[in-house]
Amino acid sequence: MRFLDRLFGRNELTSRQVAKDRLQLVLVHDRINISPAMLDTMKDEMIKVISKYVEIDPDGVEVTFSQSKRQSRLTADIPVVGPVRHQAKKSPGRAKAVRSQAEAGGDG
Amino acid sequence: MRATVVTITSGKGGVGKTTITANLSVALAMLGQRVIAIDTDIGLRNLDVVMGLENRIVYDLVDVVEGRCRLRQALIRDKRLSELFLLPAAQTRDKSAVNPEQMVRLCDQLRPEFDYVMIDSPAGIEQGYRNAVAPSDRVLIITTPEVSAVRDADRIVGLVEAGEKGPPKLIINRLNPAMVRREQMLSTADVVEILAIDLIGVVPEDPAVIVSTNRGSPVALDGRSPSGQAFRNIAGRLMGKDIPIMPIKESANVLERLSRLVRG
Repeated sequence: MRFLDRLFGRNELTSRQVAKDRLQLVLVHDRINISPAMLDTMKDEMIKVISKYVEIDPDGVEVTFSQSKRQSRLTADIPVVGPVRHQAKKSPGRAKAVRSQAEAGGDG
Repeated sequence: MRATVVTITSGKGGVGKTTITANLSVALAMLGQRVIAIDTDIGLRNLDVVMGLENRIVYDLVDVVEGRCRLRQALIRDKRLSELFLLPAAQTRDKSAVNPEQMVRLCDQLRPEFDYVMIDSPAGIEQGYRNAVAPSDRVLIITTPEVSAVRDADRIVGLVEAGEKGPPKLIINRLNPAMVRREQMLSTADVVEILAIDLIGVVPEDPAVIVSTNRGSPVALDGRSPSGQAFRNIAGRLMGKDIPIMPIKESANVLERLSRLVRG
């Protein structure tokens, strides 16, 4: 039906692309033997632990697995609001997070 | 002679392990190699019918392992190629009738006599698979360009790498170039990217495979079929020949292409 799709300007993902995307996602979890539900639990626990030390934006936390060749890599992107709680809140941002990290590093 | 033991496996059933074992064995024998094909799918044997040797079976793998006959008595010589042999699986037993150590010992007995020992693995990742992989020097993983087969192949890649068997090689079976062109099927590049292992060959979807299997005469014997050519190329690559992997051409006439265009 792709002919008709093109005729009416419908622009869906091809089934090949869908297959590839779905496979890549499912294999990430297969390879490290962790289900999406367990990943969510892990994310929640990470937020809890990190929140003890720095104020973070829990809604902005992104935990992803990536692959290069057959090596899996866990990447956590956590927007830091401020190094200590009860500070004047500024808009959360990645640049701020990096600076907070540098300051924390300087202290230790 | 010091044979190379090659295990053909896949995880998922029905992707073509037995067909590929039969055809690579035939193709290697056509290239002058002395080859033994072993069916380790105990209880569900099929390599015998695919090779057209089902009427010649007297003894099987389990008879050899349990000492009911000498190894030589169980080997069936191929009808067409004098340097090709089959060791069939038992049909009335199950995978537990043989263990990995026995497979290693069996292959060690065969090594001095052959150039290639080709082992057809059963589907799955249990004992049958472990029996098939235990003696192997090289593992070939078969997949089709389908999500279920690729996912299972990925499991096997992980198991083979954990088992320190050296990097396995990939065969993509039943690729349909017209579907790939229409973006309705994973391409060779997609599957290789996802599994991240080296490719040793691509076999096009080819009605000649079914026809030749009907007759018990592996398609590699057929000089003209595209799949037969693919099998002969893979056999050459197994032997270390530098044969580039050719893009698979569509074999359709104008009428078929037109009707495809209309149906979409």
